[in-house]
Amino acid sequence: MKPNSPLALAMQRFVHHRLAMFSLGVLTLLLVLVLSAGLIEQLLGVDANGVDLMNRMAPGDEVHLLGTDELGRDALVRLLYGGRVSLFVGLVAALIAATIGTLVGLAAGYFGGRLDALLMRTTDSIVSLPSLPLLILLAAIDLEKFLPSTLANSENVSFARIVVIVSLLGWTTVARLVRGATLSLKERDFVLAAEGSGGGHRSIMFRHILPNLLSPIIVAVTLSVGNVILLESGLSFLGLGIQPPMASWGNMLTNAQETIWEAPMLAIWPGLLIFVTVICFNFLGDGLQDAFDPRAEL
Amino acid sequence: MTRFVVSRIGQSLLVLLIMSFVIYGLIGLMPGDPIDMMIASNPMMTPADAERLRALYGLDKPIIERYLNWAGAALSGDLGFSRLYAQPVLSVIGPALGNSVLLLACTIGLSVSIAVPLGVLAASRPRSLLDYGINLFAFAGISVPQFWLGLIMMLLFAVVLGWLPASGMAPSGASIGEQMRFLALPVATLTIATVGGYARYVRSSMLEVMRQDYVRTARAKGAPLRRVIWLHALRNALIPFVTILALDFGSLFSGALIVETIFSWPGMGKLIYDAVLGNDYNLAMVALMFATGLVLFANLLADLAYGWLDPRIVVGGAQI
Repeated sequence: MKPNSPLALAMQRFVHHRLAMFSLGVLTLLLVLVLSAGLIEQLLGVDANGVDLMNRMAPGDEVHLLGTDELGRDALVRLLYGGRVSLFVGLVAALIAATIGTLVGLAAGYFGGRLDALLMRTTDSIVSLPSLPLLILLAAIDLEKFLPSTLANSENVSFARIVVIVSLLGWTTVARLVRGATLSLKERDFVLAAEGSGGGHRSIMFRHILPNLLSPIIVAVTLSVGNVILLESGLSFLGLGIQPPMASWGNMLTNAQETIWEAPMLAIWPGLLIFVTVICFNFLGDGLQDAFDPRAEL
Repeated sequence: MTRFVVSRIGQSLLVLLIMSFVIYGLIGLMPGDPIDMMIASNPMMTPADAERLRALYGLDKPIIERYLNWAGAALSGDLGFSRLYAQPVLSVIGPALGNSVLLLACTIGLSVSIAVPLGVLAASRPRSLLDYGINLFAFAGISVPQFWLGLIMMLLFAVVLGWLPASGMAPSGASIGEQMRFLALPVATLTIATVGGYARYVRSSMLEVMRQDYVRTARAKGAPLRRVIWLHALRNALIPFVTILALDFGSLFSGALIVETIFSWPGMGKLIYDAVLGNDYNLAMVALMFATGLVLFANLLADLAYGWLDPRIVVGGAQI
């Protein structure tokens, strides 16, 4: 990296954003922990899905560091596996949503005219819908009615379903952002030069305009990972997202709600992890925004 | 102005129409159908009976035709019967809508009356401790899972301290004080989640206004700072804030769904959730349409209010 390139300058500014750096550290640590869930499981000699009804809602000891849940399963290891699911859903859905949003925004901004009007009115309409009630409906539909039953009943279907429905409604922010930036970029000299030298639409959109949009897209993706995790955990909490026995932070809270009198800590840990993860992604996004665009003040 | 209003209303109606079809289609994809429910409750029925019933209710027709039948009946005032409540859909939705409005009105009232002074104070002392504190609180508010916040509040105030009822709603005819006790936890949960964000909007919009010439003029003619802030600047700073409140209504409504479910508050959110999970097709359809219409209406108001509150704003090339 050249010392004074825009990227290097952005890096310098980012490193000085203490809250964002701290969040990056926390998220990295969390990622390492959830990825080594299997290892930790072996080290402690516990089994994430091992039901032990004689040992329900036990307080923490040297084997079950955070105690056990309402079925006697180890709470810590389930938290780690749940985190793996929640983080993965967040990252994948945010990336898919950003891809859709980028394509829509690029097309609307670049081609303009009727296509622009159509795409942007659609975007406005989706933004002005009550998202959670509709997500609940989407999460409740019966996949067997239009998918082959082997697919509809496969193990990962609750996972795929949540990624799809969150991406379906989540692309609007990126689309608006990309459209706005494309509108101004397409009048710039380098784009006119590319057009003049005979560049086709596709090459101008993806090789000349898109690279200039990466920084706002990265910021938007970072911010939306947090949002997706909140949505996923909310839906899973309501029993409509990730289905047990697969653990997610949201569905761990569903069970903990019923035993909140006997074992309040079971309700505290998953929520605390969601909170910390989401706020870290939000701080990270905020730091990236300041780093990429130092003029933008709140 | 008139053209803008008319086209904006037309657009909202179009979206509502499209959504009614989308929601109808999605509800058709919910598990089972009404005839399955009848079969489940009546073991005497044969598959042939089921077929006859499907034909009787028109369930064997293509979806467009069924939708048009539904829409025709709905427009003539027949919204159907709720399976879960064994009542006409409208008489189920009425009270739920009232309860939601009560919850949301209290939340917005409380949240705004805290956020406005906080935002103004933060704007008058940028980069102060208070400013950073509000910023942090706003981040916490958008990052906290509301169902978890609700559970913690319940744990603290209902289980540990025992000050407030854990969930539900005061029986009808209870005193206002008793009703407030049931409202306290859901309202507090929603307020904590929204107040920081609102304060941040007020702050940035105040900072914008404080840079204006007329504020400098007011100061120059000798008006005290406090008077300039609260009288001259705040009025204009509230214009964008009001529209943001209306635009934010959808997300507040969504949040209320979760909070209502946790605290068993019998509002629209909980009704939609119960109807969808309980396969109450008629109720789910109408309740979702009400929710969509409500949020669309709030967005419409936001757009119209913006021009109405600030006549300088120009829409579509013409001053409105």
